[in-house]
Amino acid sequence: MLVSEREQLRGNIEAWVEQYGSNRSALIPVLEEVQRKYSHISEYVMQVVADILDIHPVEVSGVVSFYSFLGRKPKGRFIIRLCRTISCEMQGKDRVARQLENDLGILFGETTADGNFTLEWANCLGMCDQGPALLVNERIYTQVTPETVHDILEECRRTFGVYAPQLTEEYA
Amino acid sequence: MKTTDTSKMTFAQVESQRGLESALKMQPDEVRRTIADSGLKGRGGAGFPTSTKWNFAAETVGDLKYVVCNADEGEPGTFKDRVILTDFSDLVFEGMTIGGHAIGASKGIVYLRGEYTYLRQLLEGKLEERRRTGLLGKNVLGTSGFDFDIEIRMGAGAYVCGEETALIESLEGQRGEPRNRPPFPVNTGFMGRPTIVNNVETFAWVTCILVKGSKWFEKIGTETSHGLKLFSVSGDCRASGVFEFPLGITIKELLKKVGGENAKAVQVGGAAGHCVPASEFGRAIAFEDLSTGGSIIVFGPGRDMLHVAQNFMEFFKDESCGQCTPCREGNARLLEGIEMLEQGNCSMKYLRDLCRLGETMQLASKCGLGQSSPNAFLSIVEHFKDEIMGRIPAAC
Ligand SMILES: Cc1cc2nc3c(=O)[nH]c(=O)nc-3n(C[C@H](O)[C@H](O)[C@H](O)COP(=O)(O)O)c2cc1C
Ligand code: SF4
Ligand code: FES
Repeated sequence: MLVSEREQLRGNIEAWVEQYGSNRSALIPVLEEVQRKYSHISEYVMQVVADILDIHPVEVSGVVSFYSFLGRKPKGRFIIRLCRTISCEMQGKDRVARQLENDLGILFGETTADGNFTLEWANCLGMCDQGPALLVNERIYTQVTPETVHDILEECRRTFGVYAPQLTEEYA
Repeated sequence: MKTTDTSKMTFAQVESQRGLESALKMQPDEVRRTIADSGLKGRGGAGFPTSTKWNFAAETVGDLKYVVCNADEGEPGTFKDRVILTDFSDLVFEGMTIGGHAIGASKGIVYLRGEYTYLRQLLEGKLEERRRTGLLGKNVLGTSGFDFDIEIRMGAGAYVCGEETALIESLEGQRGEPRNRPPFPVNTGFMGRPTIVNNVETFAWVTCILVKGSKWFEKIGTETSHGLKLFSVSGDCRASGVFEFPLGITIKELLKKVGGENAKAVQVGGAAGHCVPASEFGRAIAFEDLSTGGSIIVFGPGRDMLHVAQNFMEFFKDESCGQCTPCREGNARLLEGIEMLEQGNCSMKYLRDLCRLGETMQLASKCGLGQSSPNAFLSIVEHFKDEIMGRIPAAC
């Protein structure tokens, strides 16, 4: 990472701490902002956040590893989370999963080589009456069929650009 | 994306602001008495009397107190809080404000699950509007000395954070690991201050009770389960979605309303709940019989109940916070057992051992997650032995 990028990253983190308050209770909101903007939380970020909030970096990494929406591994611009819980299972989530894997050429847990898509499982998304359901970043899709998977991916490629996280570090 | 028509629900008929106006005309203890008279119990699943919780928090001395709305809605098959937050968030914010008056708190926090981030903008907008119109902020509705504001905090994808002490840990910037209780949040909650944690729907009913009166609510339902309740219905039925029914409704009656009469089983209360076979469809959905936060999953005649059990156990294995052994190890063992049953390799003796393990988990786990995770397994084994034993695996 370039020095200027590091400075920018630090500046962003300082601004978020300003916004959420410089105490421990601000930790998760700050990490959520980092995750949204950079799609992962690096060792460097954990160190900076720990410094600013005056806690041990191990505490920060303990929090990052606990929550499934936070992580240290870089992910794609679009994180697709397909619900695997019972009501979506009964509505055919396995076929949707298969089609996602086919169209993206990756398995669940993986990221496409171009850094665009990550495929993950989610537990119940609260759309059980309209399954199968999946989230693309923060957007929800319901009644997904193997056929509409393609449209969803195309929509990502076309319209999500502006909302997509910035990829620095490993993927830049 | 929306399939539920909410226009006929009670929530649609209650005018916002009226509940808060009538609460602010009362002393805090009068508000709590009104809630007590209504018989309202928590809508998040455990069914704890709301007024009792509020009384504890009101009586505890503290320089600051907090009102927390549990919008973590992670129980499989539950989506009524999402619908309430989408269509009736004013009733929820108003119920929280009423709670603030009733216990002497000036700050409210909505803990919204990360999966519902798409609702955040809508909710922030509503809060802003309430601030503009004097329903939040300094001297709410011109009541001098009563300040109240609400902040939204996001979860980050952990079911266990719906448990109230884990939720508080998460708000404090920690791993969402449940605490030992006591002390309870009403004494030592967020930042060590007295805190009430209530479900989204509970707050909405509080507002309705202040508008329509405690008598109205108290008269509906059964002797120990008063009032109306929203149900999230999914699975094998013609009309899935969110429905409002009085507590005490039997499964049979409910199935008729949603077009699921030919069901072979119904899961009441989500993955943490119980699987009820057709022979018991006369049972009532109420705190004294089948308690639920509102999740109803209907299984039609063709469903494989072992697959159902497997899906639930995978969920718990994934979501256990790993803090205590009965839950961390127990869920993994039960899931292994299901895989053995699937392969047709499980002896009756081992199945009995697994059931005993499940019972131990119910007793020895630290929080509600581990205490309830064996429920589905145990009830499916009890009622569907014939279906799950002696399987012949598909030819390889
Ligand atoms: C593992 C677990 C998850 C829970 N998830 C939720 C939830 O998502 N929403 C909720 O309101 N209560 C949930 N609860 C119950 C809360 O601990 C608490 O009892 C509830 O928020 C109290 O509100 P009420 O009295 O208004 O129902 C959960 C409990 C456990 C053990
Ligand atoms: S019962 Fe499970 S979720 Fe609850 S504290 Fe123990 S390990 Fe964590
Ligand atoms: S089971 Fe998939 S959204 Fe609830």
